[in-house]
Amino acid sequence: MQRATLDLWVGLFVVAGIVAVLFLALKVGNLGSYDNGETYVVKASFDNIGGLKPRAPIKSAGVVVGRVVEIGFDPKSYEAVVTLSLAARYQFPKDSSAAIMTSGLLGEQYISLEAGGDEKMLASGDALKITQGAVVLENLIGQFLYNSGDKEKEPAAE
Amino acid sequence: MIDSLLEHIRGIGRRSIDRVWRMGVAARFFMLVLLHSGPSFRRFHLIIREIFTAGVLSLIIILVSGLFVGMVLGLQGYETLQTYGAEESLGVLVSLSLVRELGPVVAALLFASRAGSAITAEIGLMKATEQIAAMEMMAVDPIARVVAPRFWGAVISMPLLAALFSAMGVFGGYLVGVVLIGVDEGSFWSQMQAAVDFKEDILNGVIKSVVFGIAITIIALFEGYDAPPTAEGVSRATTRTVVTSSLAILGLDFVLTAFMFRGV
Repeated sequence: MQRATLDLWVGLFVVAGIVAVLFLALKVGNLGSYDNGETYVVKASFDNIGGLKPRAPIKSAGVVVGRVVEIGFDPKSYEAVVTLSLAARYQFPKDSSAAIMTSGLLGEQYISLEAGGDEKMLASGDALKITQGAVVLENLIGQFLYNSGDKEKEPAAE
Repeated sequence: MIDSLLEHIRGIGRRSIDRVWRMGVAARFFMLVLLHSGPSFRRFHLIIREIFTAGVLSLIIILVSGLFVGMVLGLQGYETLQTYGAEESLGVLVSLSLVRELGPVVAALLFASRAGSAITAEIGLMKATEQIAAMEMMAVDPIARVVAPRFWGAVISMPLLAALFSAMGVFGGYLVGVVLIGVDEGSFWSQMQAAVDFKEDILNGVIKSVVFGIAITIIALFEGYDAPPTAEGVSRATTRTVVTSSLAILGLDFVLTAFMFRGV
């Protein structure tokens, strides 16, 4: 086969392969949707993180504004320390609060960020003061059973 | 009685020693190929020719298989997910299974039978017709001139083919899921994008396909180079290439998966 045709085919093949990798990275993977641009890092302590995982989304008003980078355990306060990476174009007041929520009934868990009223904005390295841990389904059911048990007893006691 | 038993055990020992010895020779052959790769990069058109025979000529089978594997995944996945009302997760199922496992593994199996066997047969025949001996006579290094370009051509082709297979499979899943069955297009793509991580999933898939490419090619080259110079020897070596490299792919895949996806 002619050298030029050979080069053409191999060139087309290599370009098609690279396009396939780009397609996988941008359209199938999440390379296009985050990690673009500057981020700043804040920490938040939770009494219970439930099933939160690294890379879980951080949403404010339902919009993804960042990702969970790291989850650690503080042996002094016995709390989970979650490191959040937020996009720099989204600035939040210093007294914003974080809560761990579940998307849908059995869906993945994410952190919901509620903006506060402070005039100062969060800077890199700050810690969120107001946090609310994950709701554990078992505790909820236990509480519900306990409460309903109480209610049944009350009329009997009277 | 004792004697025949001992003879059996000796047989096992002989075969084990033979296997280990052959693996050692293959490893030395691999090092030899790496050491003699320099000249083939200086004459890059040799590698381009091999990318053509190993990569471009495998395109049709890889693309068609990828498309059909994706379409079947779409159909079967929909059947199961639909019972849980989770048919929007079809994109996640199709893309994760393709990018992590099926893309690299099935593309490598196809590549081993399409390109690996051809490499073995070609080199085995070159040896049988004494072309390699002739090269040595002319002071042309056959490893640098014949073996190393084939090695690099195939190793470069393999990850590209695996990526094309995965991309084609995702497209096949899209075709069946969204176009044919009517899963919502927006959630098909967005759930997929939320679940597939570039580093964790796609990059690991690419690493797998590179490792498979190296394993297949070195097995194919070694079997060809080591084949007895007869018609029967070449045919046996070709069969062995396909069998050994398929087993190597599956074994390596298990080891790599265990290292890569142990959970967070």
